Amino acid sequence: MEVMQDVMDDVMGGGEEGCASGCITRTGCLGLIILVAVLGFMATKFPVALPEIALPAEPILTLPVVGFSITNTLLATWLTMLILIVGSVFVTRNLKVVPTGLQNLVEWGLEVLLNLVESVDARRGRQFFPLVATIFIFLLVSNWMGILPGFASVGLVHEADHGGHPLQEVSILGFNIGLLQPGEVGEHETGWTVFSFLRSAATDLNTPLALALISVVMTQVVGVQAQGLRYFSKFVNLRGPMGPIDMIVGLLETVSELAKIVSFSFRLFGNVFAGEVLLAVMAFIVPYVVSVPFLGLEIFVGFMQAFVFAFLTLIFMHMATLGHGPESEE
Amino acid sequence: MEADLTTLAAGLAIGLGALGPGIGVGLLVSGAMHAIGRNPEATPQIQTNMILGIVFAEAIAIYALVVALILKFV
Repeated sequence: MEVMQDVMDDVMGGGEEGCASGCITRTGCLGLIILVAVLGFMATKFPVALPEIALPAEPILTLPVVGFSITNTLLATWLTMLILIVGSVFVTRNLKVVPTGLQNLVEWGLEVLLNLVESVDARRGRQFFPLVATIFIFLLVSNWMGILPGFASVGLVHEADHGGHPLQEVSILGFNIGLLQPGEVGEHETGWTVFSFLRSAATDLNTPLALALISVVMTQVVGVQAQGLRYFSKFVNLRGPMGPIDMIVGLLETVSELAKIVSFSFRLFGNVFAGEVLLAVMAFIVPYVVSVPFLGLEIFVGFMQAFVFAFLTLIFMHMATLGHGPESEE
Repeated sequence: MEADLTTLAAGLAIGLGALGPGIGVGLLVSGAMHAIGRNPEATPQIQTNMILGIVFAEAIAIYALVVALILKFV
């Protein structure tokens, strides 16, 4: 009992003496209770409405003559590009031979990536590096930016096609702002929904599809670069030793390349879109509190999907440079 | 029964579609645990490769989820 009392004193020690690291002080405990109470109160006063979950991206602006609509995911892609370009310009100003500060950080990151790429393919690693690293960095910034507040939540109010939510108009500093209220609209009324200004780029199937097409086409290009036109004997092999079996294998290889496009794009799209839906639904179910661990999950998933996309591209490129079997590997 | 067959299909799509990847991820992690048990010094490499494998197995569950989302929201 004495031993337990000592341990408990350490863990539950008061704020004055301090306690063992990792314990919760009395003041800390009180602070947590107050925080949860405040959040609970806010959840009743400012409830969260479930946004209308739409698979296709919502158009923000439609160019009159061309008919091309600028969607919120396109805006997010442009924002990602802006961040990357401005960041690059910032980092490469006053380049020093012995790097310090931001240049040091970026060089460390790129070095980790380069080591990873060269660990897969030592000979041609540098040739693959630009595309692989660009895919990784672009997807990383894009996925992580999509978790920021304002994405998929702030936008223009539109009449909903079906369902929707009632709207509450609030006037702040002369601007009219609409807040979606949770709850259903009546039987014969159309509710409102939000077309957000920004939506994470990979939640639109077009972006993952574009990246997947680039990836697979570049894999073929790299294969031809390494092996010449003999690379296509993977698909159509008329002089193969096995005859018809080689033709069937060639057909399977072709189907496999097409399946890679589908699998690349749907893996990325599914993960990021499902993550966005999950965040929206969790924020609706228990506002403000439960969002936190799911935001952490989204950070992890965003990083992993970016990494897997880039790493798979690298591996397929490496495999494309190999010929038939181990005699071509040096 | 108000809900139509589409909702039922969405539920079945993700429900049945998550069975395989669930077992797959379990097998993956079990293999990784065995490997770590045999060779604790290689834990970082084993962990990295395990996470990589889990992401691929998870992708199949995500395909099922995408089908369910398309059924429900399109």
